[in-house]
Amino acid sequence: MSDATGTTIDLEKWEIVVGLEVHAELSTRTKLFSSAINQFGGEPNTNIDPLTLGLPGSLPVLNEQAVELAIRVGLALNCTVQPNEFSRKNYFYPDLPKDYQISQFDRPIDDEGHLELPDGTVIGVERAHLEEDTGKSTHVGGGGRIHDAGHSTIDYNRAGVPLLEIVGKPDIRSADQAKAYVSELRSILMAVGASDGKMEEGSMRVDCNVSVRPRGTTELGTRCEVKNVNSLRSLGRAIEYEAVRQVDMISAGERVQQQTRHWNEDDGRTHKLRSKEEADDYRFFPEPDLVEVDPGEEWIERVRAALPVLPAARRHRLSEASGVDLAKTAIVVERGLDELCLAAIDAGADPVRTLTHAEHNLSDERSLDLDPGAFASLVTMETGGDLTATQAKQVLAEMVSSGGSPADIARAKGFEAMDNSELEGIVDDLIAGSPDEWQRFLEGDTKVMGFFVGQVMKATRGQADGKVVTKLLNSRR
Amino acid sequence: MNDRPSESPDNTESPANDGGADQSRISADDVAKVANLSRLTLDADELELFTHQLADILDHARDIESLDLDGVEPMARPLPLVNVFRADEPGEPLDRAEVLAAAPSVENDQFRVPPSLGER
Repeated sequence: MSDATGTTIDLEKWEIVVGLEVHAELSTRTKLFSSAINQFGGEPNTNIDPLTLGLPGSLPVLNEQAVELAIRVGLALNCTVQPNEFSRKNYFYPDLPKDYQISQFDRPIDDEGHLELPDGTVIGVERAHLEEDTGKSTHVGGGGRIHDAGHSTIDYNRAGVPLLEIVGKPDIRSADQAKAYVSELRSILMAVGASDGKMEEGSMRVDCNVSVRPRGTTELGTRCEVKNVNSLRSLGRAIEYEAVRQVDMISAGERVQQQTRHWNEDDGRTHKLRSKEEADDYRFFPEPDLVEVDPGEEWIERVRAALPVLPAARRHRLSEASGVDLAKTAIVVERGLDELCLAAIDAGADPVRTLTHAEHNLSDERSLDLDPGAFASLVTMETGGDLTATQAKQVLAEMVSSGGSPADIARAKGFEAMDNSELEGIVDDLIAGSPDEWQRFLEGDTKVMGFFVGQVMKATRGQADGKVVTKLLNSRR
Repeated sequence: MNDRPSESPDNTESPANDGGADQSRISADDVAKVANLSRLTLDADELELFTHQLADILDHARDIESLDLDGVEPMARPLPLVNVFRADEPGEPLDRAEVLAAAPSVENDQFRVPPSLGER
């Protein structure tokens, strides 16, 4: 049941089911089947050749590097990399002048895999297949929307750019999980060098299949496919909007119809693009101009051996080395600081403090250049009581911006560990100088504690350890 | 959606059987639909002619299906070739001005086309 405003659904009664299809442009130099350049943002229609334009007599020849990248992604997603072939997907639309798209149909290169989200949830991947991207149409006239366009103009630079379409299983159960899936997939694609992952440039495009069902049931509801989702934020919004729309329909006694819908970022709604009854009938058949691809054991194993350690494995490694929760390691791995933390922990730094610094105080990109030994010394100075948490943070910031050893920076900043007798003198002077406040403190007004700690900090220019000051004050009561 | 009879011999939803009263024949409606998908306009005589011809082709496929093909590997292509690749090296692009000069209509260095949608 939706609430009165129709903006949320009762998640105790309803379950959202999402399956995502992610199209990733592969980082090759040239197109999938021709030697025209694969490049974003060129002058319109400059990266074109006879094949791109579907000129008579032009024939496709498969780009080996695109296959290599598809193998990398397949292995990174725990897929079976298998013998595969291309098929023609026939449709008339001016974004591909050949009047068909070369894609993979019943024998994709990557079959059945999965990926693991930072919280440990595993989401299935049905398949990943190679296909060519389409040209970019711009709708002119009308309201600029696809339905009332006066005419279109087309730039074929993108037509034929290699795409890997990664089809996820309907294992996703919330908008947040969908966002986590896409961002994990993005990290993986970038880690293996398959894609630059730039959603804003269309390097990664997401179609989401959304359905709802009463919680506790297992049958899938009728789904709608939502297109034009261009950022993680709109992905989340589109799924939430669509789930509410479907629950509202079902609650009103209507049936959800299987449709393709278009996400409109401006009004925050999805709009019907076409219904599946007039369903796409693409009449796939084996592409006669290309031969079968059989990557073979040797190629696959060579690619596997060269894969970097992937984000999920890095999170597990860091979690195991530090004893910190898996989910908490995500941001550190995302920033690429896990190797630094592992080395610092190896050098004897306290794991929890190390990760806390990495999470809260090392968002600056230059943190990647920190010397692990120096980072470890800083953490050890802090845990050993030579620096307060605040001082450690300041020293670390200086280490990141200007380099240098933590000991030198601490000395330069005057962060010598205060000796207690000196501190006791300051506390006693303060008590003597603030008799009224002290009286209130003695009478049990704990709020005054903050005043005294603040005054001590001021007198010591922040060098005193707050905990020690508190202890001293309590001992004077 | 699998149009290859060899892989779905028992698929009663194959296009050949869609809406046809006679299970063994393709209907004129099927042919009209396929023609529409291919953007072909057929007059009544052509529709009848092609319906018969396509039905004959499907009958031939059915003859093959009736053979015992257990143990015969499916074959998509007659050529005994695999892995024909191109190195990922850029070539010379076509000259834009020359290409656009051949286009029926041009706007902002792009091909100008009528409004189009798959739906009709």
